[in-house]
Amino acid sequence: MAAISKIATGNGHGENSAYFDGWKAYETNPFHPTDRPDGVIQMGLAENQLCFDFIEKWLMEHPEASICTAEGVSKFKETALFQDYHGIPEFRQAVAKFMGKVRGDRVKFDPDRIVMSGGATGAHEMVAFCLADPGEAFLVPTPYYPGFDRDLRWRTGVELVPVVCDSANDFKITIDSLQSAYHKAQEANIKIKGLLITNPSNPLGTFMDKETLKNIINFVNEKNIHLIGDEIYAATVFMEPEFVSISEVIEEVECNRDLIHIVYSLSKDMGFPGFRVGIVYSYNDTVTSCARKMSSFGLVSSQTQHLIATMLSNDEFIDNFVAESRERLFKRHKYFTWALSQIGICSLKSNAGLFIWMDLRKLLKEKTFEAEMDLWRVIIDEVKLNVSPGSSFHCHEPGWFRVCFANMDINSMEIALSRIRNFMVKNNETMVPPRNKLWRRTSLKLSLSRSLSRKMDDFIMSPSIMSPQSPLVQART
Amino acid sequence: MLSSKASSNCHGQDSLYFLGWQVYEKNPFHEVENPTGIIQMGLAENQVSFDLVESWLRQNPDVMGLKNKDGESVFRDLALFQDYHGMPAFKNELVEYMAKIRGNKVKFDPNNLVLAAGATSANETLIFCLADPGDAILLPTPSYAGFDRDLKWRTGVEIVPIHCSSSNGFRISMFALEEAYERAQKLNLKVKGVLITNPSNPLGTTMTKDELQSLITFAIDKDIHLISDEVFSGTVFDSPCFISIMEAAMDSNLKRNTDVLSRIHIVYSLSKDLGLPGFRVGMIYSNNQTVVSAATKMSSFGLVSSQTQYLLSYMLANKKFTSHYMKRNQKRLKKRKEMLVSGLKKSGIKCLKSNAGLFCWVDMRHLLCSNTFEAETDLWKKILCEVGLNISPGSSFHCSQPGWFRVCFANMNQSTLQVALRRIKDFVERSSFDYQQNMASLSRKLISNWVRKLSSADREEQER
Repeated sequence: MAAISKIATGNGHGENSAYFDGWKAYETNPFHPTDRPDGVIQMGLAENQLCFDFIEKWLMEHPEASICTAEGVSKFKETALFQDYHGIPEFRQAVAKFMGKVRGDRVKFDPDRIVMSGGATGAHEMVAFCLADPGEAFLVPTPYYPGFDRDLRWRTGVELVPVVCDSANDFKITIDSLQSAYHKAQEANIKIKGLLITNPSNPLGTFMDKETLKNIINFVNEKNIHLIGDEIYAATVFMEPEFVSISEVIEEVECNRDLIHIVYSLSKDMGFPGFRVGIVYSYNDTVTSCARKMSSFGLVSSQTQHLIATMLSNDEFIDNFVAESRERLFKRHKYFTWALSQIGICSLKSNAGLFIWMDLRKLLKEKTFEAEMDLWRVIIDEVKLNVSPGSSFHCHEPGWFRVCFANMDINSMEIALSRIRNFMVKNNETMVPPRNKLWRRTSLKLSLSRSLSRKMDDFIMSPSIMSPQSPLVQART
Repeated sequence: MLSSKASSNCHGQDSLYFLGWQVYEKNPFHEVENPTGIIQMGLAENQVSFDLVESWLRQNPDVMGLKNKDGESVFRDLALFQDYHGMPAFKNELVEYMAKIRGNKVKFDPNNLVLAAGATSANETLIFCLADPGDAILLPTPSYAGFDRDLKWRTGVEIVPIHCSSSNGFRISMFALEEAYERAQKLNLKVKGVLITNPSNPLGTTMTKDELQSLITFAIDKDIHLISDEVFSGTVFDSPCFISIMEAAMDSNLKRNTDVLSRIHIVYSLSKDLGLPGFRVGMIYSNNQTVVSAATKMSSFGLVSSQTQYLLSYMLANKKFTSHYMKRNQKRLKKRKEMLVSGLKKSGIKCLKSNAGLFCWVDMRHLLCSNTFEAETDLWKKILCEVGLNISPGSSFHCSQPGWFRVCFANMNQSTLQVALRRIKDFVERSSFDYQQNMASLSRKLISNWVRKLSSADREEQER
């Protein structure tokens, strides 16, 4: 048989990791409240499903946002023909405005630097193609999103060099760790072309303070390497302090702007992963120009550009959406972490993202990654929750798990919590007597202060969310 | 500082093909607002049948795709749907549509279909799957200018041209194929496949069953892949009817070679047939499961927006609409092409006989002042800047003979095409008048030089 490429036959797609194994386990037995109440609950997918009702309401009031309605069909032809890789101007303006708003309007983005890509996935690959040749490398702080192994390396031939961060200082990036990783790479004759940071962090749910960002910018300037800031979770910051973007910090420090590039997307902030809206925003003119040409490989559908342009140019909607989304994420996060703490489970203190970084080190039989895998298999097979093991994020310490909370309704969350509780009780890990079901609504209401109880009502009243049995996914097999 | 890909121009966008667009964009023709502007004839778009699509939309009011036939809201499901296998309903409709275009002589399995962000992305992905950096793909010339970017730029794969010439209507001969293969070998390049565009861009012709089967035999013989870019398959408006590579491969003789289907891959898109380039709907069809699996994972870099998948699955599900559309579209393309061909004929310009596509391959060799690519570029510049038509010079399609141009006819209305034809006629007449003037003045010069020579020879005689 005619040979296929090495890329196609190798494992560079990275899908043989536990991160994806858990998804497969979920897909063979997905939870459904009525059809499959014993199925696996998906907590390994960082999706934002909390605000669809809000968005749908806006869409019903603005039929012109779709080119398929009577109000919008007059735009159909020009939209269907529009394949200019510069993107629809109104789309770029609206996205630039939205990015500014998410950063509290403390910084302005230039619509002419907005370059489209096939989601953040496409954006990362594109940036790697623009900045590095095969064999060259990027520094990436651990733990990091498992998809980076595919996005930055698979077809580009670029390498990733980890910058180890550990729990001793809450996984914060230090200049020492950066210097150490850089020098190790040099000794191994690996040419470092850039540093990739995800801020807010996936999987940690934390973000960097201004001081740290300044130090990072000084570091990249000193080494004359690129800085790629993946800021796709910028609008998921639900608690003080305010998010600080690289775009703000470069206004305050000496910096060679040709080194600075931001990757953005609407998949997390707005909850639109299906629409494939990825953005590369580079301060380097050559990179912008090159990326724009490369964007031909992953342009955003003009139908979607039109929808997004209409939606994001509505100031009132955006202000309300960002505030509402933050509020709902805050509540969900607060409830989830509180309920877990009641059963003796801690997580890294976080104020952003769609997940928590759960600390299950004390449940490991021994401090090894094998033990972590054993625990993970138990969580999937017995507790029936798909959570993501820290090793799949290249975490250097075993026992940490990323657990998503924004991709399900409150009822599913309560079921997940009760399963966790049962597991902990069974393993004698909690002192809570079996009868006292703390999270049953009535008892909770009595035992809580009035303010938290009001919040509980809000949780219970939040709208139900897409069932995994959606017909859109059903017919795959 | 940056990658070599960013610093070089292997993206191929410095070619005249793209430069012409840039000049057009600075001064685009508009019937009312800019009647002296440049008419875009370098863009192979299908605009002849939009009214049919718009009429379907009006008859199927769907408030933003928020509600399906049962009145259930689907917006949330759409917004979340990022499965790289693609929407099952959409893929089912696509394979039926593809089969319909091929007269239902072939059946396609939706599980072998991989979606991509346009044929641009599909072609690149397929090359990533089939070839390693430094390997080569054989490509008949003239070929689509974008292939330099799509097949080579980020993949690191080389293109080795198969030279086709006007002497046999630019058809791919076995001789040219073998010659290209040997050339690749001499350059120490490992050939991994042949890529054909059928119907051809820029020729507008379709391949015969014999030609396709010869190619398949060649691919089997050399143990390489065969990619058939069939993006223009729905634009075949005249006989002979379209024969897909898949149909040719079904022949019983070839089928005996059991892995023939595993080396054949089709690229398709809705940009040309349905005239929807903005929606970025491309796809790869392959019977090779390793390729399908790898390409599916790679499609993460360029998935089709779920919103678009949903709209189009609805549209393609309406079989009455698709049949009606296909017939009317082909009829209109034929009429438009005939208008261009007869208009050019009146100016003494011939076109390659074609039965498909959104363009004609036009022979302007007689308008060149010399049989060179410099002369072709000069002519192209004149036509762009003085005549105000952006047509695409053959050199940008790597044609081995100067003087051929691709002229598109389906991306404008009839009156604009008439304006374009008038401009060409005026230009040809002017050029011919100028030519005659030049010839006359040249003759006069030659005669006077000769006379001077004669008289100086006489004088020498006399002086001696």
